[in-house]
Amino acid sequence: MKSLEEIMAIKEQVQSELSFENNPDGIRVLVGMATCGIAAGARPVMDALVEGVKAAGLEGKVTVTETGCIGICQYEPIVEIYEKGKEKVTYVKMTADKAKDVLEQHIKGGKPVEDYFLKDADGTPKSSLAETNFYKKQKRVALRNCGVINPEKIDEYIGKSGYLALAKVIREMTPDDVINTILASGLRGRGGGGFPTGRKWMFAKASVSDKKYVVCNADEGDPGAFMDRSVLEGDPHAVLEAMAIAGYAIGADEGWIYVRAEYPIAVRRLKIAIEQAREYGVLGNNIFGTDFNFDIHIRLGAGAFVCGEETALLTSIEGNRGEPRPRPPFPAVKGLWGKPTIINNVETYANIAQIILNGAEWFSSVGTETSKGTKVFALGGKITNTGLVEIPMGTTLREIIEEIGGGIPNGKKFKAAQTGGPSGGCIPAEHIDTPIDYDNLIKIGSMMGSGGLIVMDEDTCMVDLAKFFLEFTVDESCGKCAPCRIGTVRLLEILKKITSGNGEMEDIDKLEELAAYIKSASLCGLGQTAPNPVLSTLRYFRDEYIAHIKDKKCPAGVCKSLLRYEIDPDKCKGCTMCARQCPAGAISGTVKQPHVIDPAKCVKCGACLTTCKFGAISKK
Amino acid sequence: MKKPMTAVPFTETAEQKAKLEAIIAAHKGEAGALMPILQEAQDVYGYLPIEVQRRVAFGLEIPVSEVYGVATFYSQFLLNPKGQNPINVCLGTACYVKGSGQIMEKLEEILKIPCGSITSDLKFSLDATRCVGACGLAPVMMIGEDVYGRLEPSQLEGILAKY
Repeated sequence: MKSLEEIMAIKEQVQSELSFENNPDGIRVLVGMATCGIAAGARPVMDALVEGVKAAGLEGKVTVTETGCIGICQYEPIVEIYEKGKEKVTYVKMTADKAKDVLEQHIKGGKPVEDYFLKDADGTPKSSLAETNFYKKQKRVALRNCGVINPEKIDEYIGKSGYLALAKVIREMTPDDVINTILASGLRGRGGGGFPTGRKWMFAKASVSDKKYVVCNADEGDPGAFMDRSVLEGDPHAVLEAMAIAGYAIGADEGWIYVRAEYPIAVRRLKIAIEQAREYGVLGNNIFGTDFNFDIHIRLGAGAFVCGEETALLTSIEGNRGEPRPRPPFPAVKGLWGKPTIINNVETYANIAQIILNGAEWFSSVGTETSKGTKVFALGGKITNTGLVEIPMGTTLREIIEEIGGGIPNGKKFKAAQTGGPSGGCIPAEHIDTPIDYDNLIKIGSMMGSGGLIVMDEDTCMVDLAKFFLEFTVDESCGKCAPCRIGTVRLLEILKKITSGNGEMEDIDKLEELAAYIKSASLCGLGQTAPNPVLSTLRYFRDEYIAHIKDKKCPAGVCKSLLRYEIDPDKCKGCTMCARQCPAGAISGTVKQPHVIDPAKCVKCGACLTTCKFGAISKK
Repeated sequence: MKKPMTAVPFTETAEQKAKLEAIIAAHKGEAGALMPILQEAQDVYGYLPIEVQRRVAFGLEIPVSEVYGVATFYSQFLLNPKGQNPINVCLGTACYVKGSGQIMEKLEEILKIPCGSITSDLKFSLDATRCVGACGLAPVMMIGEDVYGRLEPSQLEGILAKY
């Protein structure tokens, strides 16, 4: 148990350590050890650095420490080196051998190894990530500590003013002050819906009950989204602190974090963080010497997308099949075990302590009229820089894709971006200059969603994409209500019919009619938004649907049944490679004579296309 | 999601049996205990055979149908054992647009089993998984704990041969 004075002393000490006050020659080496980093091989890099420092007897001078997600996934493993009075140096795509070079030349020799720097688009090496376009346009609030502190050490969080917001709230503010601050900040739910967080808290505070709960929704299920995972892996204490603040505001003494079991590192770090917070007395009884008590439990999900919906999540914590229940009553009135409950998403919580410390005005000075602050996006798909980006609301898609994301690779053209996962829609090239906020995205037929942002180029078939998302929803529909359970299956059947070349023009009308029923009649958000991928691709790419139906062609060359592989007789040298590769024996011809593909036998596997050295085979 | 009951006969060790009893005893009386119990039981047995579900129901004094209902609702609860080398191919959006569909097809072809089942020698099981969060390495598959990224269908024979 620590007093506020002791926490302040820890903060001072950590800050002086991080600024190398008593150790002017000190070097701090950070290794990105979130899931992406570890998957890319950060563990041996970390080991090589730790052992190398030990072997060289540099332990007093050099600290090697793990950190969360640095943000730029495809350059993992990443190592960053901090020295007093110098700009940090970033090394990308590290290996154990490269780590040894860095140790010798940079850490011991004082000379950074340029070969391992990140290179900008024109090939010039950039010594620090901070100088790249990827970082310049970002503003990090929710991710402020990710990739900066060691998530397994509460002291480092405290060094970044951690738990001081909680202290301020409990000692100096009334619950109404807290709620008014959150209301004034304009913070809206980052899980997708965008409901004002302060209002949610206000309703829960107004509910009279002997027991209330604070729940964190960390069941990040959108395919392609990993914002919440990164916050939990990189800065778990930020979530714990915010939940305690919420508890104080609404009058709850118990919190639950519902986290996907697919995130073992996040779960482990959360458990460590909760233990440390209890040890320091920032969770538990009589926090900071007051009569405020608050503790947090973890509940693991078991792989059901619908549990991201708030009422289904509560049913799941209660130990049942994660089926949603009708609202009202809303959870703020009747939630977990029938008691008033607030549910916020991980990223929403990650903003709370900053709003308390810096004030509502600081937060609302960033963003657009109706959407304040920043939003984290998981940028993926056909884009040069995949990774996690946090941008001020109001940034345009063009800025994200061209400047931060570094554009589309291989000289391909941007076709659309998909936001909101299976509940969202696509943003076509014509809307690339729309400033991104909650309301603008709804207006153009998509939604903010939790933050997955998948970029697609001309090789992506939009009908196939809609089919992909429908397959997901059909799989994940919990089955409780008929519009979702049956309606999504019927939607998928029509899409399959179209992509297999058997579509009729009236199928488009059927899709639209059915989509409208599913949207209006489904019980929960999963069903109500399930038709969105179909509707939004129909809205912007209707011509592709028509091409599939009328011309029996897939313009992007994806839908197999509609493809034809052909050999250009002028380019074919008769080398016989393709005929030997063909698994179906569909290619015939004699040596040194142009070959021919029999479309009746062709299984459209594409083996011939990848084999041909002369570019004679094309798919149409 | 459809979950076929397993054809693999149920066996257990005395140690597994004792562990399951301890798990049930530890959580009994706790609100919402069923999911944590099933998660821990699956860690012990590798899957949730109906025999284990019956014992959990008996221990918690709830109907077997309720246990079965939860076990079949969540995709992580397995009614079938996994192979010695479970293969998971990521079919998340980012991997999908980068061609993980072709990776899955090729694996089905090589192993001669459809996605969601296990080879007759129990060596490999093949499943699709949602985003593993390594989108920068797309397309991605995992064999056990090993992660393979930036895959091409042509690499698969060689990778499988290592197991």
